[in-house]
Amino acid sequence: MKKVDIILNNEEGLHARPASIFSKKAGKFKSDIIVLKNDAEDKEYNPKSILSIMSMGAAMDDKITIIAEGEDEEDAVKALQALIESGFSLEEE
Amino acid sequence: MQHLQGIGVSAGIASSKAELIKPSLIEVEKKQVEDTAAEWQRVEAAKKTSIEQLEEIYQHTLNNIGKKEAEIFAAHLMIMQDEEFFGPIKQLIENNKCNAEWALKEVGERFIKMFADMDNLYMQERAADIKDVVQRLLRILSGTEKSKLGTEKSIIVAHDLTPSETARFNKKDVLGLIMEVGGKTSHSAIIARSLGIPAVVGVKGILEKINKNDELIIDGSKGEIYLNPDQVTLAKYQELKNDFLQEQEKYMKIKGSSAITKDGHKFELAGNIGLPSEVEMVLENEGEGIGLFRTEFLYMERNSFPTEEEQFKAYQLVAKKMQGKPVIIRTLDIGGDKDLSYFDFPEESNPFLGFRAIRLSLERTDLFKTQLRAILRASNYGHIKIMFPMISTVQELRGAKSFVNDAKEELQTEGIPFAEDIEIGMMMETPAAAVMSDEFAKLVDFFSIGTNDLIQYTIAVDRMNARVANLYSPFNPAVLRLIKEITENAHQEGIWVGICGEAARIPALIPYYVGLGVDELSMSAGSILESKWIIQQLDTSKLVNMMRDIENMDNTAEIKSFLEASLAKLS
Repeated sequence: MKKVDIILNNEEGLHARPASIFSKKAGKFKSDIIVLKNDAEDKEYNPKSILSIMSMGAAMDDKITIIAEGEDEEDAVKALQALIESGFSLEEE
Repeated sequence: MQHLQGIGVSAGIASSKAELIKPSLIEVEKKQVEDTAAEWQRVEAAKKTSIEQLEEIYQHTLNNIGKKEAEIFAAHLMIMQDEEFFGPIKQLIENNKCNAEWALKEVGERFIKMFADMDNLYMQERAADIKDVVQRLLRILSGTEKSKLGTEKSIIVAHDLTPSETARFNKKDVLGLIMEVGGKTSHSAIIARSLGIPAVVGVKGILEKINKNDELIIDGSKGEIYLNPDQVTLAKYQELKNDFLQEQEKYMKIKGSSAITKDGHKFELAGNIGLPSEVEMVLENEGEGIGLFRTEFLYMERNSFPTEEEQFKAYQLVAKKMQGKPVIIRTLDIGGDKDLSYFDFPEESNPFLGFRAIRLSLERTDLFKTQLRAILRASNYGHIKIMFPMISTVQELRGAKSFVNDAKEELQTEGIPFAEDIEIGMMMETPAAAVMSDEFAKLVDFFSIGTNDLIQYTIAVDRMNARVANLYSPFNPAVLRLIKEITENAHQEGIWVGICGEAARIPALIPYYVGLGVDELSMSAGSILESKWIIQQLDTSKLVNMMRDIENMDNTAEIKSFLEASLAKLS
């Protein structure tokens, strides 16, 4: 299992555009991935679902935890972390 | 003829006949099905068709409108492939043996409610995206495709439009857009702006007053609508429309350039805002900062004073959106004609000369301190400056500044970060402050001239009183002399001076301000490009004669016509 904490640093939070880039990226990995907001462990979000990500209502400075489990867990966590840290400015492949 | 007022969200003028779009939601009935697998197949098929449609709309929007606008359909495409959306639909069909339409509506409503309940306006508006997606699927399931919008030249009048509907607009035929709901940040407003279609939203009840093919005039700058206008109004607006189009063309050409005179003097053009959501308009019009952020909105339409945290969030949001560009936050300017339902203002015979603005803050120090702490905390996230309204004595300014220092000390003790070198300025809006501006200039980092009050107090005229309103003029020589004196005194002490009243954007006065060397002009977003154009036509060395001529004039009307004639020579 791989886990990482990231502080959301893009001004608009996880709005439609970042949420869609984020779930597109997450969908590329085989691992099971869940996302938590501000350490609230009772509420897990599915990063492969744009609706789930948007429903987080994550705003700038919120703490996002990504937990991945599976064959490509390391890559998944790294890729999603890089995406958030770039402020979702990474070009879509 | 009937006049209706809404919120102008996309500038421009149009007159044409009305095309009504009444809500055409598909009614869904719950039905029992035997073959749930076949029912799910219907959903899969509808999904496939809608993905094809959305891909087409995405491309169309990308090519004809823009990338940002197209992204909304990229998001719709993602929803069409979202397991969190279709999983529950499949489950409902299987468990309840219900029809596809019912399951779709049920799950759609869950998400719509979830977004509508979120405490963020942007997310609330996303409920519209879910509705749009659900309606698309329902249309495909029921085999009813919508007729094309605007195939004849018309002004569209609707209760609300989905992003898909707005994106299908044909700019050639849709001349204007009126909606009963919506705000400046709603999707239809954004699309209307990028298409350059005049739009007015928030026109409650218009659908009840209007019939198809009624004649309409829409003014998207002012939010005005005329229903079945008379000939005089039509002629007037035809002229306004021609002027608007000519002006637009002129201003589009200077987008991306700076407000620099021909001989290389740079001026700063900033925007006035009263709500955080207005920042976008300022940036779209290339404002270089917020010259006046009125904070009254935080105190209005509620039952108690806003907390430090609420205020902090609003100030921080604006500071961040401006990305390092200056934001001047004016402390509470309440009283006078603006009062609060939850605060008992004393009955006053002269409210404009009474208990208002800084006078109130210096007495209700608890409120003042809360606001100052919120502003200071937000200063850690951008380039914020503090400004005090209605200062008339040096003692008031010293008092206000000492509260800033107290608030700074508190935050320091609590280990909360803020910008220690935050600039502090004051409004120049009383004649007393103007006369004493040499002294004030030693105590602040900047002046911002609030012309509305300065004119009213200098000429001692109530502009709302029709019998004397003709005395009220920003061209009044006494007012112009005070502005000159304030500017000279500011520069003498090495501080900068701006103008943030309504007179800042009066075209004929801009050459005068430039001639004085006023450093910054702050105005409503829609006037920024026009002001920039004027500055770019000026040569300060050639303004010397004009400035001397004005100094020798003692008559408001004479100054006005002289300045207007000088301006006309520019174009």
